[in-house]
Amino acid sequence: MVRPARVATVVTVRELPVEEYWLPGHSACPGCPAALGLRILGKALGGRFVLVVPAGCTTVIQGIYPRTPSRVPLLNIAFAASASAASGLRAALELRGLDLPVVVWAGDGGTVDIGLQALSGAAERNEDILYICYDNEAYQNTGIQRSGSTPLGAWTTTTPSGKRERRKDAALIVAAHKVPYVATASVAYPLDFVEKVRKAASVRGFKYIHLHAPCPTGWRFPPSKMVEVGRLAVETGAWILYEVEDGVLRLTGRSRALLDPSKRKPLEDYLRLQGRFAHLLRPENRGMLEQLKKSVEEAWETVKKILERGGRIF
Amino acid sequence: MARAVLSGNEAVAVGVKLARVQVVAAYPITPQTTIVEKIAEYVDRGELKARFMAVESEHSAMAACIGAAAGGARVFTATSSQGLLYMSEMVFWAAGARLPIVMAVANRAVAPPWSIWCDHNDALSQRDAGWIQLWAESAQEAMDMVIQAYRVAEDERVLLPVMVNLDGFLLSHAYEPVDVPEQSLVGRFLPEKTPAPYWIDPSEPRSYGTIAAPDTYMEFRYKLQVSMGNAARAIEEADEEWGKLTGRRYGGLVERYRCDDAEIGVILAGSWAGDAKEAADLLRRKGLRVGVIRLRATRPFPADELAEAVEGMDAVAVVDRAFSPGLPSGVLAAEVKAALYDRARRPFVKGFVAGLGGRDVTPLDFATIVELTLRSFKEGRGATEWYGLRGWRPW
Repeated sequence: MVRPARVATVVTVRELPVEEYWLPGHSACPGCPAALGLRILGKALGGRFVLVVPAGCTTVIQGIYPRTPSRVPLLNIAFAASASAASGLRAALELRGLDLPVVVWAGDGGTVDIGLQALSGAAERNEDILYICYDNEAYQNTGIQRSGSTPLGAWTTTTPSGKRERRKDAALIVAAHKVPYVATASVAYPLDFVEKVRKAASVRGFKYIHLHAPCPTGWRFPPSKMVEVGRLAVETGAWILYEVEDGVLRLTGRSRALLDPSKRKPLEDYLRLQGRFAHLLRPENRGMLEQLKKSVEEAWETVKKILERGGRIF
Repeated sequence: MARAVLSGNEAVAVGVKLARVQVVAAYPITPQTTIVEKIAEYVDRGELKARFMAVESEHSAMAACIGAAAGGARVFTATSSQGLLYMSEMVFWAAGARLPIVMAVANRAVAPPWSIWCDHNDALSQRDAGWIQLWAESAQEAMDMVIQAYRVAEDERVLLPVMVNLDGFLLSHAYEPVDVPEQSLVGRFLPEKTPAPYWIDPSEPRSYGTIAAPDTYMEFRYKLQVSMGNAARAIEEADEEWGKLTGRRYGGLVERYRCDDAEIGVILAGSWAGDAKEAADLLRRKGLRVGVIRLRATRPFPADELAEAVEGMDAVAVVDRAFSPGLPSGVLAAEVKAALYDRARRPFVKGFVAGLGGRDVTPLDFATIVELTLRSFKEGRGATEWYGLRGWRPW
C-alpha cells in the first residue's frame, strides 16, 4: 500500500468534519483536555482509525460497559503495553490489507514512565503506528501523583511541597530513536494539533505526538479556564510547539514567534492560574520558582541550538 | 509424511509453521530461544508468511500477541521461567480478552538461585490466569500439540489461549525422530485463520476491554469458566481427529498407561512420564501391577477422567515438579486430592515433590517412589514428601 505524499496543508475550523467520533455522555471531568483531544483527533482523521488505550484517565472516561463513547474501534490494554499491543494490531491489520491508522492514546504515566520501554521498542522497530501522549503532567486518574512529566515545583499528592526534579523530555527521547515524525502540540491549539495528526497519519513508520493537556482537576484551576491555561503555557514558553520531520526540527504555530525571550509573557501569568503552583509564588519558595524558570529557559536554549544548525537534532 | 530428527524446540517451530501462524512476537530466553530462532529463519526464508516481531521484552511479546490476535491474526510466542513471570500481567490479559493465542513454555526453574534447568513452577505460577495448560511428553507430541492447540483455542466454544508446556532441556533440547505431516493434511485439520469473531472495523466499531462494573464483571469471569469446561471436550475431539489423520492419539486430557488392572498408579505431567512408564514396566516384571496416569491438560483440570483412570487402584503417587511454598502437598497432589474427594471410592493419595531445578529423576527413582507409596499406604501416612533431598532421609 502506497500512501500519498505528506500532507502539509493549513487547516481551518471550517474544514473539520461536523461529525463527532467521541460522543457526549462520557464520564470525563468538566473541562477535560483528554476528552477534547479525542474529539479533535476523531475529526482530524475523519473517524478512520483504531484507538489503543492503556490504563489512565481515558480508561475511565469511556464510561461503563456496555456503553462506549467511541465511534472508532477501541482496544483497551494494560498500562505498560500500548506501544507493543498497537504494533501487533497494526501487523494483523496489514496482513488483512487494511490500511487503517493505529493510534495509541496514552497519558504521560503510561508513556514517559511505565510504558517507556515498550514505546522505545516500537520506535526502534519503526512500527507503523501513531503514538499520542496526552500529557496532563501527573497520574491524574489515580488522584494526582507525580509522574516523570510533572514539571519542577508542581504540587501533587506525592510531592506535597513541590516536585524537586525536572520533567523528562519524552518527545526528544523519541526523536533520538530517529523515527520519521515527532511533534509537540497542545489541546489549546486544536488546528495545529489537527495539522500534525494529519501529517503524521500520512507518514509510514513510527510517529509520535506529545500533546499538552492542562487538567483542571489535577492542576487546580476552574474547568472554564482549560484553554486559557493551555494557551498561557505556550505564550509564556513553558510549553514549546514544534515538529521534527526526518530529524529536522522546526517551531510551529504560536511558538514560532517566541524564540526571543522578550516576546514571551511572564511565566507567573501561567503559574498564577493554577493551584498546583500557588506555593511557588510565595517569597519563601523563590528558589524553586527560579529553578523552574531556568528549566524553561534551558528547554528554549536546546531548541535554539538545534535551530542554529539548521534544525538537525543530531 | 516425512520423518525428521528434531529437538523438542525444533518440533514446536515446525508445528508453528504447519499451523500457518501469521504474527510471532518473542523475546529470547534459555531454553526457549531456539524455538523462535527457527521461526525467524522460516520467516526470513519465506517458508512461513508471517511477521516476526523481535520485541524488547516478554511483556511486550505478549502485548503484541494480544494486539495481533485482537486484529484477527493467528499468533504465537514462546518463553520460559523469568520471561513468563515478566509477561504475567499480559498472560492474564490474553485470557480475559478471550484471544486464541498459543504460547510454548520450555519449562525452567525460577530464580533465585539462578537455574536454567527444568521444573514446572514457571507454568504453575500462571495456573489461575485462564489459559488452557497442556503438557507434552515427547518432541513428536510437542509438535502435534501446537497444531491441536490452535484448533482448540480458536474453537468458538472455547476462545481461550493455550500454553503448550515442554520440559526445558529434557525435551526442548533432546533430539528424537519426529513424523512431520504434509501441509495439506494439517490444512484439513486446522483451516486458515479468519479474523472472526474479532472485529476491528471502522464501519462497525466496537470497544474492547472497557470497565465492567460489579453488576457485569462476574458474568465475564463465569463465561471464562464455562469455556474452560468446553475446552475439555475440544481437547478430546482434537486428539481424536488428529489421531484419525495421523495415527497418533495421546489420550485426550489424560493418558493412561497400563492402568486397566493396576493396583497402584503414578500421576504426573511432562516428559518424565517416560521414566515413570519404564518403572511401571520394571515393577510389573517383579509382580507389582503399576500404571501411569499422565495429565496432558492441567487446565481444564480433568477431574472426571482422572477419577475414571484411578478406579480400582488402591494407592496413587502424585509426583510434582513444582511446589507452592506453604501448601502441605505439591500443587498437582492437592488438585488430585480435591478432584477425588467427593468420589464414593477413592485411592490412597501420596504426594511427592521431586526433580526441582532439573534434578534428575530416573526410572529407578520412580520405582522407589512406588515402593514408598506402598509403604505409606500400609502405614496410612499420606503426607507429601520431598523426594531425594540431600542430607535428609525420606523419613
